[in-house]
Amino acid sequence: MIDSIVAGLSGLGAGVAYLYTAGLPNAIMLIVGAVLLYLGAKKDVEPLLLIPIGFGCVLVNIPLSELGGEGGMLKILYNMGVANELFPLLIFVAIGAMTDFGPLMENPRILLFGAAGQFGIFLTLMVALALGFPALEAVSIAIIGACDGPTAIYVTSQYAPHLLGPVSVAAYSYMALVPIIMPPIMRALTTEKERMIKMVTVKRSVSQTTKVLFPLVVIVIGGLIAPKGLPLLGTIMLGNFMRESGVVARLTKASENEIANVVTLFLGLAIGGTMEGHAFLKPTTLAIFGMGFLAISLDVAAGVLFGKLVCKLTGGKVNPLIGAAGISAYPMAARVVQHEGLKYNKKNHLLMHAAGANTGGQIGSVIAAAVMLSVLKGMGLI
Amino acid sequence: MDNLTFGLTMMIVAGGGTFLTLWVLGLVIDLLKRLYPLSEQKPGHD
Repeated sequence: MIDSIVAGLSGLGAGVAYLYTAGLPNAIMLIVGAVLLYLGAKKDVEPLLLIPIGFGCVLVNIPLSELGGEGGMLKILYNMGVANELFPLLIFVAIGAMTDFGPLMENPRILLFGAAGQFGIFLTLMVALALGFPALEAVSIAIIGACDGPTAIYVTSQYAPHLLGPVSVAAYSYMALVPIIMPPIMRALTTEKERMIKMVTVKRSVSQTTKVLFPLVVIVIGGLIAPKGLPLLGTIMLGNFMRESGVVARLTKASENEIANVVTLFLGLAIGGTMEGHAFLKPTTLAIFGMGFLAISLDVAAGVLFGKLVCKLTGGKVNPLIGAAGISAYPMAARVVQHEGLKYNKKNHLLMHAAGANTGGQIGSVIAAAVMLSVLKGMGLI
Repeated sequence: MDNLTFGLTMMIVAGGGTFLTLWVLGLVIDLLKRLYPLSEQKPGHD
């Protein structure tokens, strides 16, 4: 009788005993999870993602809960939509349904800013390779520079699933930190005279027919050049086609709201579930966070430098600051550019130009990932 | 393939491919705008 009571009590105390003996990594991750929850709930840092991620992180690090093991809820969610890439693709449908590519279509040449804003990916890839990461891991780390959470998750879950936790948390954290990361780089690379350049107001010139045809053109051209990335391009453009066609308002709203909300919750929990202490707390994780920061900083720097080049080529008609918006963090990056522009010229409203570059960055990040995957396929690495 | 070759290949082919794809897309959007100008639309449609 006493033996069975002691055995029963040992079951109740097993979690505490584990935490005390071998659970230091779990204890640290419980704190990390709490920090993520604090940032999301109190500081409004990407709360839609950081709260489910933080909660998943806490749940998976409570010893012996088995939520992250085979048959556990978090593992089921992971297998259901992360391992097979379904969740990031559904998020892309939502992003497409939410995004107005009109400002980009007003001045299509601005798409090149979206290309320049991806340069950080390739420079970071070189750094990751120099640090000794294998090719596919280096690609997954560099893709943080796409500044686009779903793209980073899509690529990493396919080619370096063991890095999914740190890569996704880094991607979303740095996206939230864009208003802090961008301004010092923008100021360091431009002169006050350049920052004061006033750009001509954008006139409406895009017909509804063009807006409806745009998603189809993107998937045909993008799909022919980079077929491996068609799931990414196809889903974002499906959402945008539904939006612009205007005939499936219910589906568009469902994509923007119900689907996006449910998938975001599941995706966040599943990612949090990959942050088990023993697997997460490695020097690699720190390196990934460092390189993620580098990637996004280099994106911004490349965008601004490209803006300076375009400024010179157009005889000073383009404010180089809008180059910084050529990343995927939409609409935050465009707002930061508008804010910086107004600081130096109170009458200078760069928002529409920056929004064009920003939506160009969204397409640019997806195209960059698609092209990278197709090049990897061509090289026989995937 | 060594890391340097891989990295440079990715930078040139994938970076260049991204630029090229977006440039082509820009040209096609320009073409679409010429084919379907705003004035073609019925009033109030846009």
